[in-house]
Amino acid sequence: MLNSISPSLQRPRLRCCDASSCRSAGSGALLKALETARSNAGEAAEPLDIEPVGCLRLCSQGPLVALDRPEGSSLFGGLSAPLAGALVDAGSGTDNNSSLNDHAIDLEQPFFALQHSVVLEGCGQVNPESIDSAIAHGSYEQLRHCLQELSAADVREQIRRSGLRGRGGAGYPTGLKWDTVALQPPGPRFVVCNADEGDPGAFMDRSVMEGDPHRLLEGLAIAAYAVGADRGFIYVRAEYPLAIERLRLALRQARQRNILGNNIFGSQFDLRIDIRVGAGAYVCGEETALMQSIQGRRGSPRPRPPFPAQKGLWGAPTLINNVETLAAVPAILREGGDWYGAIGTDSSRGTKVFALSGAVVNTGLVEVPMGTSLRTVVETMGGGVPNGAGVKAVQTGGPSGGCIPAALLDTPVDYESLRALGSMMGSGGMIVIAESMAMPELARHFMRFNVNESCGKCLPCRAGTVQLEQLLTKFVAGNAQASDLEQLEQLCQMVQTTSLCGLGQAAPNPVLSTLKYFRQEYKTGCEPATAGPQPWA
Amino acid sequence: MKAAAAAPIASEATAEQKRINRLVAQNGSSPDALIEVLHQVQEIYGYLPEAALSQVAQQLRMPLSRVYGVASFYNLFHLEAPAAHSCELCMGTTCFVKGASELVPLLEQRLQQQLDGPSAADGWVLRQVSCQGACGQGPVLVVDGQLISQATGQGPGLLQGQLDAAGLPNRAPKPSLGAP
Repeated sequence: MLNSISPSLQRPRLRCCDASSCRSAGSGALLKALETARSNAGEAAEPLDIEPVGCLRLCSQGPLVALDRPEGSSLFGGLSAPLAGALVDAGSGTDNNSSLNDHAIDLEQPFFALQHSVVLEGCGQVNPESIDSAIAHGSYEQLRHCLQELSAADVREQIRRSGLRGRGGAGYPTGLKWDTVALQPPGPRFVVCNADEGDPGAFMDRSVMEGDPHRLLEGLAIAAYAVGADRGFIYVRAEYPLAIERLRLALRQARQRNILGNNIFGSQFDLRIDIRVGAGAYVCGEETALMQSIQGRRGSPRPRPPFPAQKGLWGAPTLINNVETLAAVPAILREGGDWYGAIGTDSSRGTKVFALSGAVVNTGLVEVPMGTSLRTVVETMGGGVPNGAGVKAVQTGGPSGGCIPAALLDTPVDYESLRALGSMMGSGGMIVIAESMAMPELARHFMRFNVNESCGKCLPCRAGTVQLEQLLTKFVAGNAQASDLEQLEQLCQMVQTTSLCGLGQAAPNPVLSTLKYFRQEYKTGCEPATAGPQPWA
Repeated sequence: MKAAAAAPIASEATAEQKRINRLVAQNGSSPDALIEVLHQVQEIYGYLPEAALSQVAQQLRMPLSRVYGVASFYNLFHLEAPAAHSCELCMGTTCFVKGASELVPLLEQRLQQQLDGPSAADGWVLRQVSCQGACGQGPVLVVDGQLISQATGQGPGLLQGQLDAAGLPNRAPKPSLGAP
């Protein structure tokens, strides 16, 4: 998808990545310089379009600019403002690209060639600040189709057939969730988009919101129609200012065009969507805590059932889906549920977006069919650890997930396989760990995160994570006793089984998975101090 | 709103109170809007002064304890005036596995203060923060809003130069200057 040009494109076009990661590498100045260079170039550059776009995937080479010409697309990275003139010349066909040769990125390399863009099909193509650009790429066409030609039950049928499962991590079947909400007794309903992407190392949802916000709004609107809701919320974490800004702009634009509001597309369907901004609490990614926060309260989770689908916001049935789940909806309706269901594996259908980072050559965003092996993602696409060092493990699922050792890299990425290994799909952060990382230290890193983010409501999580961190510190320092290992395991079991919500229940996972695959490192941490310095000390 | 001084609000209580009243009204005077209102109050003062919390509670017709409970629950709400200058070290997992913790001694040495410790007399604070979203450039530092990327990959000499340029004071004792 990255090297495809929309068929209507006649004019050459420069697409400058204007998402968070490239911005932090200086794409803002580059974009301005490109516009200046185009005015300076005069007539020759007149037919050249310059557009800010969302993530172009290979974040480690940012800032990135893609060039579309009738003969094909090319991508350049590691750019800076002084190269703007050369880029404009290349775009207007008056330069042989000589000064850009060092910056050219091969679009045929596996990192791009093995991507299968569904959720991200518009990300990097559309101008995220222009509703016209989004509509030209097909946005809101499926909403119109649903409202004018399909019943709510027809829409749910397509989602059921697609086999789509929740992309926030737990993998609950989306069609089933939609049915549950739709089939509650008559009365008001709400839809909520969970955009509180809090796992460290996860930036998939941010990229969708920053790069293609209208796709998310369309997915949420279709969901609202399918379950009979007329009110929706997008709960975004405050740490994503650019995503919030673009969502707000997209909402204003959609309201102005009457794509949101009353009698949408001439139908009886009304929908009001509001943005709610979090305030820095990881636990608010948990759905019952999130609902509390939307209602202006502390983000304290509550036991389920009742599930939000039965009793959610203000006691009404509430559908809560993650950004990536909702962003897959327009493509599913366009191509049909069966089309989507044919991608991936039997139990995990469709594609999944991963944020690949850590000790890996190619850091960035990848979307691949479910069932692709970890090795393909990390080594073939990611290029492995820099300087040819070995992969020690791959961490998925953030502070709730686990570490998968290098020996198991051929595992296909799907919900069940990852869970069987003691990790989880999670929202899609995939962090590559190099040989040099000591696993007890990594486990402590995640435990500290959980200590800081525990909401404090239930004891096992509030106090258990603190105890776990203290125990782990002994292993890191190399002064643990053999009995500490036993206690560590017991405490993990206790926190896992007795915590109130997902945060606490999953908090021991990084410890348990590293204990399972790297037990020797914990044993080394047990030896008496006389054994000399530890490898990681 | 951003231009307002972070001065104590007692002296001009009525004007400040009116401002908060307007802000609450703009948000529909609904208890659901509490978090949004607190964000906007914090934008004015840089933190959430006690008097402002009382005013919000009164306007939203809820007990101060509930307002305080929310304000103290969320990490991004500050109940005290923020430090004048900050050096923030990203400890997101990507930055962590790329060696962010190796930068701690270097920064502590340079600033002569402890990570997450109290701020120095000249207002500088050194703290660790969660993911800054620049995972492609990790490990990263943010010095008074200015991002310094790939902080371990470039050698300590170059990094010190960048920190100088970003205005981070160098209080390290002379003999160890430039030493890793």
